[in-house]
Amino acid sequence: MQLLEQTAKRARDLAPALDYWTVRIVAEESEILSVRQGVVEPTRLQTSCGAMISLVRGSGMGYAATSDLSAGGLRAAFAEAIRWAELHARLGLFDAGLFPRCEARSEYRTPTLEPWDARSTEDKLRLLRDACSALETDSRILDSSAWLEYRRISQLLVSGDAGRSEQVLEYVNPGLAAVAHEAGQTQRRTGGGADRPGQGGLERIAQVGFLDAAPRVGEEALALLAAPECPTGTRDLVLLPGQMALQIHESIGHPLELDRILGDERNYAGTSFVTADMFGSYRYGSDLLNVTFDPSQQGELASYATDDEGTRAERAYLIRDGILARPLGGRLSQARSGLPGVANARASGWDRPPIDRMGNINLEPGSASLDDLIGRVERGVLMDTNRSWSIDDSRNKFQFGCELGRLIEDGELNGLVRNPGYRGISANFWRSLAGVGDRNEFEVVGVRNCGKGEPNQGVYVGHAAPPCLFREVSVFGGGQ
Amino acid sequence: MMRDAFFDLADRLGDGLRGDEVLFCNLDGEDSEFVRLNKNRVRQAGSLHRRSLELSLIAAGRQVEGGCELSGSPEQDLALARDLLERLRERLPHVPEDPYLSYSTTPASSERTLGGRELPDAAEAVSELIAGAGDLDLVGIWASGDLLSGLASSIGHRHWHHSTSFNLDFSCFLESDKAIKAGYGGLEWDGARLAEKLEEVRRGLALMARPTRSIPPGRYRAYLAPEAVQELMDMLAWGGFGLKSHRTAQTPLLRLVEEECSLDPRVSIREEPGRGLVPAFTAEGFDKPERVDLIAGGHYGKCLVDSRSGKEYGVPANAVSEYPESIAFDAGEMPRAEVLDRLGTGLYIGNLWYLNYSDRNDCRITGMTRFGTFWVEKGEPVAPVQVMRFDDSVYHLLGDRLEALTMERELLLCADTYGGRSTASSLLPGILVGGIDLAL
Repeated sequence: MQLLEQTAKRARDLAPALDYWTVRIVAEESEILSVRQGVVEPTRLQTSCGAMISLVRGSGMGYAATSDLSAGGLRAAFAEAIRWAELHARLGLFDAGLFPRCEARSEYRTPTLEPWDARSTEDKLRLLRDACSALETDSRILDSSAWLEYRRISQLLVSGDAGRSEQVLEYVNPGLAAVAHEAGQTQRRTGGGADRPGQGGLERIAQVGFLDAAPRVGEEALALLAAPECPTGTRDLVLLPGQMALQIHESIGHPLELDRILGDERNYAGTSFVTADMFGSYRYGSDLLNVTFDPSQQGELASYATDDEGTRAERAYLIRDGILARPLGGRLSQARSGLPGVANARASGWDRPPIDRMGNINLEPGSASLDDLIGRVERGVLMDTNRSWSIDDSRNKFQFGCELGRLIEDGELNGLVRNPGYRGISANFWRSLAGVGDRNEFEVVGVRNCGKGEPNQGVYVGHAAPPCLFREVSVFGGGQ
Repeated sequence: MMRDAFFDLADRLGDGLRGDEVLFCNLDGEDSEFVRLNKNRVRQAGSLHRRSLELSLIAAGRQVEGGCELSGSPEQDLALARDLLERLRERLPHVPEDPYLSYSTTPASSERTLGGRELPDAAEAVSELIAGAGDLDLVGIWASGDLLSGLASSIGHRHWHHSTSFNLDFSCFLESDKAIKAGYGGLEWDGARLAEKLEEVRRGLALMARPTRSIPPGRYRAYLAPEAVQELMDMLAWGGFGLKSHRTAQTPLLRLVEEECSLDPRVSIREEPGRGLVPAFTAEGFDKPERVDLIAGGHYGKCLVDSRSGKEYGVPANAVSEYPESIAFDAGEMPRAEVLDRLGTGLYIGNLWYLNYSDRNDCRITGMTRFGTFWVEKGEPVAPVQVMRFDDSVYHLLGDRLEALTMERELLLCADTYGGRSTASSLLPGILVGGIDLAL
């Protein structure tokens, strides 16, 4: 944090006369350890540090990012940003007076029980070797890997009018993958935390059941080789939290992003079937559907105190009892649209400006156990762990595939089916929600490759959900 | 940091190596200008100055990798790089020997500079665009500036690649999904070419203004424009051509590799690093070949091989990663001017969007139509079509249902900016297929 403080002071000393400015300094450290088929891959230590200057001058706004944190580098960045503010003043979409002010003076630090450095590199590699070995239960396993990733992001946001937000986010993400092949069929199964990314320290290794999961991951990859294809037709569908994350992400999170609704993303990530007039009245799903923006969920990927514009982050309902309540828009989008929003102006790093992103988008628990949900299905399929995702640019017509499926017949969970997939339309799908798992079934999961924005930005997004039951969904299996 | 400063930094780092240590230094940098547009106005404009250093330290059959950002100040950068090197040195004894360690032991050097003379100031270009677009509802991004790649090793490699380019990626909307997409990128700016692009967009929007036609799921004759073919190529690129994905049976083209089926004999796809837009060297010091035939005459050709897979499987390295950067698809014999007549009645698909595999085992892909997609009757475009989901196998689209490929090909510059402005490109024809399965 010392380098960040020094850079912030340097920026403050250098800042020219402006209507408003912020500097967001981000220092990132990451380490990747992995073992593939028993061989340790080259370990990787990555550090990154840079500053993003955003400013308002007159009716224009601009930004400049630099990895040159010297006085000369920051001075050049201020000059660049002013040049862009002049263009914006002349040809801007809106008056820069809407640019939000950093309202917070806050600090946030990921709670961790066991720091990353508490174990030696040798110990971590030994763990990975053991896990990788446990995946390789059969000669039909053609590829196996175990990994452990660490990421620490230190960020200091200060503004010309004394706003300040200091945050340190830490992530430890383990994972496992096994690839089985026989007679023209390949099946890949993941686990051990691969779809359970989150904030925390090394304690997360045990929390996600990393080592214990290895034999099951390998065995399931093998079992899927011999499983029948998922049937094609209309069936009830039970989605476990690992797939619920993707379902929420693509067909609730993205369509509710206010910058999509405002048209910013139409050339790339797309627009939304949701329009501004729907908030407060539109029935998004059945009465069972309750979705929150929750930056306070401990351990979830996008838990934070403020967004990257310095707006204090608070829990809010996006959908309540099935009715659309508010969009995912930061204060700039709120000012442009006249709609309420949340603190979700986020940037992927020091080199990108904040835009509207998902944070932690969670489906609130209901009252059913998983057994209850399965027991209510006469003919259906249970699916887990996303492996394929596709949805139209309005976030309506989707098709998703999962790693693993199980048939449900007369309320009983039966055999595996391979290559399970399903498709539907967002606007209809959530209205078929017929059962929501309870607090005991609620799991924190997430997505680490959410892509959006021009220039492109990939960010971590949290999701937490219980298993859910949907009625009469179009499901299918593999083959040409 | 430019070439001399980078090479000097590498020399000074090299001076401090101990014993049998080998050091590879890679520089990746950009000075980029980004102007984001919505409703033909500036939404967000800014600049980026970034210099990223990657180090690989090798000794006693072990290797560790690391990276950091550089400031541009020689002494400060040397201190940052030495600090990283010391951390890597401390780590090295704690990792085992690497059986797949592979790097070039032959010193080599190269230098290539592309563009830089003909680009206008970004603010001027954007002003020209906005004026030319007039009342169009234009949304998209202007990206321009310098891209730097350098390699210097303690063995003696000295490579440098510097390009100055622009890429304007935009679309113009009538309403909702009714839009036409266009792109204009390269090394030299031509205002007249931009005006032509905008005129093409206006012609497309005139068609888009007609009432939308809804069609039910089913199989339809279709023409896929090069921009749509690019999306299919991007999917094949995801594990389709890499050696590791072949040896571990994960390639979606496994049935082609195992000769259970073939593609149409007119399908020839190659990687062409010789096109020159991407650096000609790999991070480990290997030279890229001029071309790698990936699919030849409908049959599987060669794989893309990175240094690590090459060592593991005993095959020479020929790529930075096992993912095409400069893909080319052979042209066919159908003049573009005859596309609508040859299509007759069916779909003209301008772009595809958000593709993914339905089943990799059968190279079955799903995705959406997006932008510039029309219903065509008797060779005449009659109406825009509501966005539709397709779900079909490449073994059909480039196999038994492929009817023709266009004589003309489009050079499409990748507009991606994840992790930096992409230098990837595609040289592609359009394809006419006897049927594409629409599922939703």
